[in-house]
Amino acid sequence: MENAQKSIRTDEMIKKIPVRLLKNKLYKGLFFFAAVFTFVLLVVLLARIFSQGAAHLSWDFLQNFASRRPEQAGIKAAVIGTLWMMAVVVPVSLLLGVGTAIYLEEYAKQNRITRLIQMNISNLAGVPSVVFGLLGLTIFVRVLFLGNSVLAAGLTMSLLILPVIIVASQEAVRAVPKELREASYGLGATKWQTILRVVLPSALAGILTGSILAFSRAIGETAPLVVIGIPAFVAFLPKSVFDPFTALPMQIYNWTSRPQEEFHFLAAAGIIVLLVILILMNSVAVWIRNRYEKKY
Amino acid sequence: MALVAFKKQPDKTSKQPSVERRSVYTTKDCNLWYGNHHALKNINLDMKEREVTAIIGPSGCGKSTYIKTLNRMVDLVPNVKTSGVIEYRGRNIFNKEFHVEELRTRVGMVFQKPNPFPKSIFENIAFGLRIHGIKNKKIIHETVEKSLRQAAIWDEVKDRIHEPAYGLSGGQQQRLCIARCLALEPDVLLMDEPTSALDPVSTLKVEELIRDLKEKYSIIIVTHNMQQASRISDKTAFFLNGEVVEYDDTYTIFNNPADNRTEDYITGRFG
Ligand SMILES: Nc1ncnc2c1ncn2[C@@H]1O[C@H](COP(=O)(O)OP(=O)(O)OP(=O)(O)O)[C@@H](O)[C@H]1O
Ligand SMILES: [Mg+2]
Repeated sequence: MENAQKSIRTDEMIKKIPVRLLKNKLYKGLFFFAAVFTFVLLVVLLARIFSQGAAHLSWDFLQNFASRRPEQAGIKAAVIGTLWMMAVVVPVSLLLGVGTAIYLEEYAKQNRITRLIQMNISNLAGVPSVVFGLLGLTIFVRVLFLGNSVLAAGLTMSLLILPVIIVASQEAVRAVPKELREASYGLGATKWQTILRVVLPSALAGILTGSILAFSRAIGETAPLVVIGIPAFVAFLPKSVFDPFTALPMQIYNWTSRPQEEFHFLAAAGIIVLLVILILMNSVAVWIRNRYEKKY
Repeated sequence: MALVAFKKQPDKTSKQPSVERRSVYTTKDCNLWYGNHHALKNINLDMKEREVTAIIGPSGCGKSTYIKTLNRMVDLVPNVKTSGVIEYRGRNIFNKEFHVEELRTRVGMVFQKPNPFPKSIFENIAFGLRIHGIKNKKIIHETVEKSLRQAAIWDEVKDRIHEPAYGLSGGQQQRLCIARCLALEPDVLLMDEPTSALDPVSTLKVEELIRDLKEKYSIIIVTHNMQQASRISDKTAFFLNGEVVEYDDTYTIFNNPADNRTEDYITGRFG
């Protein structure tokens, strides 16, 4: 009669354990399936690209400009163009993005207006890239007369990825322990010194992780480039940010939309080049991150 | 009859009339609100230089709030309102002309949880110097060593000074944080339960340190540990619900308190 006095029945609870264990297993299986599914898809995608494109990868392919004849067509203008564009995107979006994040987290009063701005920024991350293309077309191409230049495309792409960088940086800044800020202020540091010497170093890893994802997106995006009129057929290299150029996704898009199958293989080869650039960029980020963390 | 084991301190300095010591902090009718919550109510306290002042009281009575007001750290909390005057060496700390940066340079703070920066031991101490624009390597090196010695941690860390501070034990980290304050040669040290996260041995080390530091610094310490308050402090203030119930010589507070509530708290009847 021991149990009569307890409101909880231990033996009943123990009887339910096998069911709970079964559920436990079930969910593990589900997540495993999700991971395998994603992995298989990726492998299939990569295998297709590599089987089509690998044969066309050659020094000539990297060295040649665009051409009407597939065997002479190369990707040089697009690779260099993408690098030029990223040389605008990285500094512009980092400065604006991290700056905005720091303002919102460290300086802005936490009131309704701030929350409204905050919500808008998060929503902007979901706006279709074509819309950013139209924005770039209106402001940079038409109003500021930048034409289809590196600068116009770079600024447009910066706008596109800005929301992601802001949100990621805000999260990283918010994750810096309050105790570290207090330690800094407690020694008589100003707000700026605290941000520069305590907050940013601690948030750097998070900021970089988010930003790199955003940069990858900027490298791969096509629609905004189409909208602001970036050409796909370019046989010269830009000499300054005010020159017209083409970028990798434009070139790939152009090749895939041609009827000849040869060009489709070139597109696959172009995608491989794009992937390699992404991997290189990610490695640099990991390297910077590790280097920075070792200082501690 | 002693309420808590209390050794009457034999050294005469602590029993000399306090008129000789100048005030370091004078609090006059200070109130503080967190939004609508009235956390400090009409605080009046006069703290003397080169003394250890202990602040005791039950959880939530406003001890941390008060000590964080003394270096205006409480400004970091949104929606805080204050009234009244707190004079640090005769200057109202709420005065616009008195920059918090100056106040916090003169008044160091040690927190409940050790909070070293994720940097090397050396850089932790050098931080304060660097933010104040000291670049001379020799001065920085000398100050780092001096501060670590003063905080009685030099011998334990001298061979690993460029290793991460996170590798130190909790007690060592706390002494490092004290050293970090000392590097700026402050006038006052504020300590909010500096030993509550530490083991008994580290606690004794920090207490010993506080007793040494009192020769040069004025120390205001929040503690939940009655023995600790009686061991290390000259004056004790008992806080309750945001008010100061009693403020007197530690000996008096622990042996002959004027207010029943003080006695109840000290003997562990509540709180
Ligand atoms: N940031 C804050 N915002 C709103 N209320 C606060 C804040 N910090 C403290 N309070 C409130 O103010 C009162 C005093 O808090 P305080 O931290 O000063 O207490 P304490 O005496 O240090 O307690 P403990 O011994 O637990 O550390 C409490 O009622 C607490 O809930
Ligand atoms: Mg407290």
